[in-house]
Amino acid sequence: MVRFGVVVFPGSNCDADARHALSTFGDADVRFLWHKDTSVGDVQAIVLPGGFSYGDYLRCGAIARFSPIMQAVTEFAEAGGLVLGICNGFQILTEAGLLPGALLRNTGLKFVCRYVNLKVENAATPFTGACREGDLLRIVVKHNEGNYTVDPATYEKMQANGQIVLRYVDAQGERAAGANPNGALDDIAGVCNERGNVFGMMPHPENSVEAELAGGADGGKIFRSMIDALRPAVPA
Amino acid sequence: MSARATVEAAVKLGLTADEYAHIREIQGGEPTYVELAIYSLMWSEHCSYKHSRPILGRFPTSGPRVLQGPGENAGIIDVGDGWAVAMKVESHNHPSAVEPFQGAATGVGGIVRDIFTMGARPIISLDSLRFGELDEPRQRFLFDGVVGGIGFYGNCLGVPTVGGEVYFEPSYAGNCLVNAMSAGLLRADKIVRAKAAGIGNKVVLIGSRTGRDGIGGASVLASQEFDETLEEKRPSVQVGDPFTEKKLIEACLEMLGGDLVVSMQDLGAAGLTSSSSEMASKGHVGLDIHADRVPLREADMEPWEIMISESQERMLAIVSPARMSDVGEVCARWDLDCTEIGEVTDSKMLRIFWHGKRVGNIPARRLADEAPVIRTPSFKPDYISDKPVAINTYERPDDLGAVLVELLAAPNIASKRWAYEQYDYIVQANTVQIPGSDAAVLRIKGTSRGIAFTIDCNGRHCHLDPYRGAKAAVAEAARNLSCAGALPVAVTDCLNFGNPEKGDMYWTFEQAVEGMAEACEALDTPVVSGNVSFYNESFGNPIYPTPVVGMLGVYDDVSIHTDQRFKDDGDVILLLGPDSVALDGSEYQKTMFGQVEGRVPDVDLALEKEVERVVRDGIARRLVKSAHDCADGGLAVALAECCISSGATGGAAFADPDGVGPGRARFRGADVEIKTTLRDDVALFGEGPSRIVLSVAPTHLPAFRQLAGELPLAVLGRVTGAVLRCTIEENVLIDLPVGELSEAYESLPDRLD
Repeated sequence: MVRFGVVVFPGSNCDADARHALSTFGDADVRFLWHKDTSVGDVQAIVLPGGFSYGDYLRCGAIARFSPIMQAVTEFAEAGGLVLGICNGFQILTEAGLLPGALLRNTGLKFVCRYVNLKVENAATPFTGACREGDLLRIVVKHNEGNYTVDPATYEKMQANGQIVLRYVDAQGERAAGANPNGALDDIAGVCNERGNVFGMMPHPENSVEAELAGGADGGKIFRSMIDALRPAVPA
Repeated sequence: MSARATVEAAVKLGLTADEYAHIREIQGGEPTYVELAIYSLMWSEHCSYKHSRPILGRFPTSGPRVLQGPGENAGIIDVGDGWAVAMKVESHNHPSAVEPFQGAATGVGGIVRDIFTMGARPIISLDSLRFGELDEPRQRFLFDGVVGGIGFYGNCLGVPTVGGEVYFEPSYAGNCLVNAMSAGLLRADKIVRAKAAGIGNKVVLIGSRTGRDGIGGASVLASQEFDETLEEKRPSVQVGDPFTEKKLIEACLEMLGGDLVVSMQDLGAAGLTSSSSEMASKGHVGLDIHADRVPLREADMEPWEIMISESQERMLAIVSPARMSDVGEVCARWDLDCTEIGEVTDSKMLRIFWHGKRVGNIPARRLADEAPVIRTPSFKPDYISDKPVAINTYERPDDLGAVLVELLAAPNIASKRWAYEQYDYIVQANTVQIPGSDAAVLRIKGTSRGIAFTIDCNGRHCHLDPYRGAKAAVAEAARNLSCAGALPVAVTDCLNFGNPEKGDMYWTFEQAVEGMAEACEALDTPVVSGNVSFYNESFGNPIYPTPVVGMLGVYDDVSIHTDQRFKDDGDVILLLGPDSVALDGSEYQKTMFGQVEGRVPDVDLALEKEVERVVRDGIARRLVKSAHDCADGGLAVALAECCISSGATGGAAFADPDGVGPGRARFRGADVEIKTTLRDDVALFGEGPSRIVLSVAPTHLPAFRQLAGELPLAVLGRVTGAVLRCTIEENVLIDLPVGELSEAYESLPDRLD
């Protein structure tokens, strides 16, 4: 079993969905980590879920990054642990400096809940290992602030380093004006840190693990990748 | 105390001189000002239902699945396997007309509190909205604000908004309607009722601090007509804090689940006053409330203000002394204020104290039970006609294809994607059918079961004939659920009307209730909860009578559900139900001729029930591949919608993500021939009840025919190509690429710039 911790901030609302999604995999063991906790325990991977931590009345994620748990999450990440931030979790990771860049207000100035097509730009990360480069994933986005931006110098380094992991594309896998729901720089939907162990994405894979639901099952590949990356090699 | 509680003060608070005399009789002399303020709210139309109570008794409210009927915060229905659904719809019309964003947001907050107060986890929201025509800037402002407010609150809570309806009619220009519906899931043996019990138990206030927001919302806003003072009423609108409500949901469900509290009640209209007096009267006990212990936002608030404040995100709990520390611990963990403000007594009196001094002393049951009941002498309004329109006075347009395009682009019919994409419709991982089809469908985790919801009303039809229109609203809601394959089981209603003191208006209310009641009886869908909103008038102009019907349907096996999308080339397109339709009250009549007149058709409830049964059976046996109610815009619009939605890709319930272009599968077209004795335009666009467009694989046609038995069933044609072609007597009347229809259907945002 791979041990996952899902952080619960006050105002998180996809925490239960993340736990449920992971529980559909037979080989993941999931527990909640409370925002007031100061340790992440013996988990092997951490999910920062979507929602509106502390109401997000200030800049999204700006308060959550000061939660006691975030110190422990930072230490865990610095030690090489896998951290997945989804939506609000992605925003918190950028606020905490664990990922480069920032997430601005959608260019449409409205909350947007919509299916998007994502192209896997880098399949050599622990979060996308179950995909092939160029694979298309169809997952829902739902956010007010998903407009990713980063300074040009950092962006150049990120590109060279394969840190742009997911991009919004059309159904044919092509970059297209209508495919980007929020105005993100170069259609960026998900990025990882330089070391490749911290990953943030705006779309919600936890609402996309069961084919019989409206969300489909493409998001399951993200969790499958994480589990595969962490599962001990089966002895010969 | 500050002011004298004279008859003049009473009238200022919205009471009549007679009501004041009654209060004096109950109180044995002049009441205190606190008492008067409490009576004025509890006896307001909004809280006491004084004009509607005598009529509402007509509704059927019981049935084998009903675990809780009207009278609690929400109705509760048994949905199988020990699971139950709590549901309710409530209006927030008046606050939304004054301040659309906060008005709608707090409407969502209030209805969601009603659900978790019963011990249910809120799992879905729906909204029924009405505005004036979008060519008026103020209506665009209201629509934008209301949708934004619903999204702001519901998205933050993590309760998906999965269904709803929006209509635009001139009659709503001065009084928009914002009806918020919510439902929650709970174990059938864990229902919590708002009843105080246990002498000596503590009264605990949990959640936000109390401020001056929403003072008199129920009496100032919801129980009066609007006039030129509308802007001055803005301070009566509350401000929502969904973050606190999210914490309240988690903390309250934790306390209820752990049996830490005896009972719970939310603070809604009339705040602490209504919650405490209702808990006392239902429990046949007294409550002592120490108003000075209530945590305040503004230090100088007076006791009457504290008692009637409508500050949001507050709950009242009855807690045994032994459990106080556990309750305090849960609240502390969620960073919520939790304050003991009083206790349960055997006095049967609601007593209010201010720094130890008693400032109010009211017999709780008499406050609740002796609220006035008023039955206005009613009469039929002059405008109502018994005669259908004469078709020959309406000139047939030359190009019926152009009519279809115009109807698809009409705001009442066009896709509401612009609105529902602002709502998180997928959180909680239960959504099986997203917005854009006939019903919202959810699964129940850990079971094969599912539930479906819809919310419906055609105000134009109710305007022309409130009895027939209201009956049709129930029938349409049930039909929508049946088209998704779900068995309709219960109703929650929101009855929006004008001023009940006017006899003609009151007549429309009586008629609508009668029509709804008959339909609910015939379709076995008892009314388990609801709300009445009167005084929806501005400058004497009432809204259309709008009895909104929210309905719950159930599945034993949710995997059978279907949607409206045409699926595969070659499938046979059928029309199940009668071919009788009318121009009267139709969207066609309004959009193309600028008229709303005539007499709408009556629903044959026996036929309706059979049509719905057959479509459900066909879906359950997996014969029916798509089903869609024929409603606004008639048969041609229904066919067009089945074609347009076929462009969605990627799974059972996927809506297209990107408008036209990326993400689209190929559109499915249809080639149909309609046999009719009506004028061709009326056959295409006329509206009538009990009609469903469905598609079946050719091999399944005989089996479905057998299922339909004696019911009217017409083979219209086939799913084919990417063009919608409609022929009547060898005349091709419509011949348009589905892409073009889709563009018209998706054009609502163009009207909002």
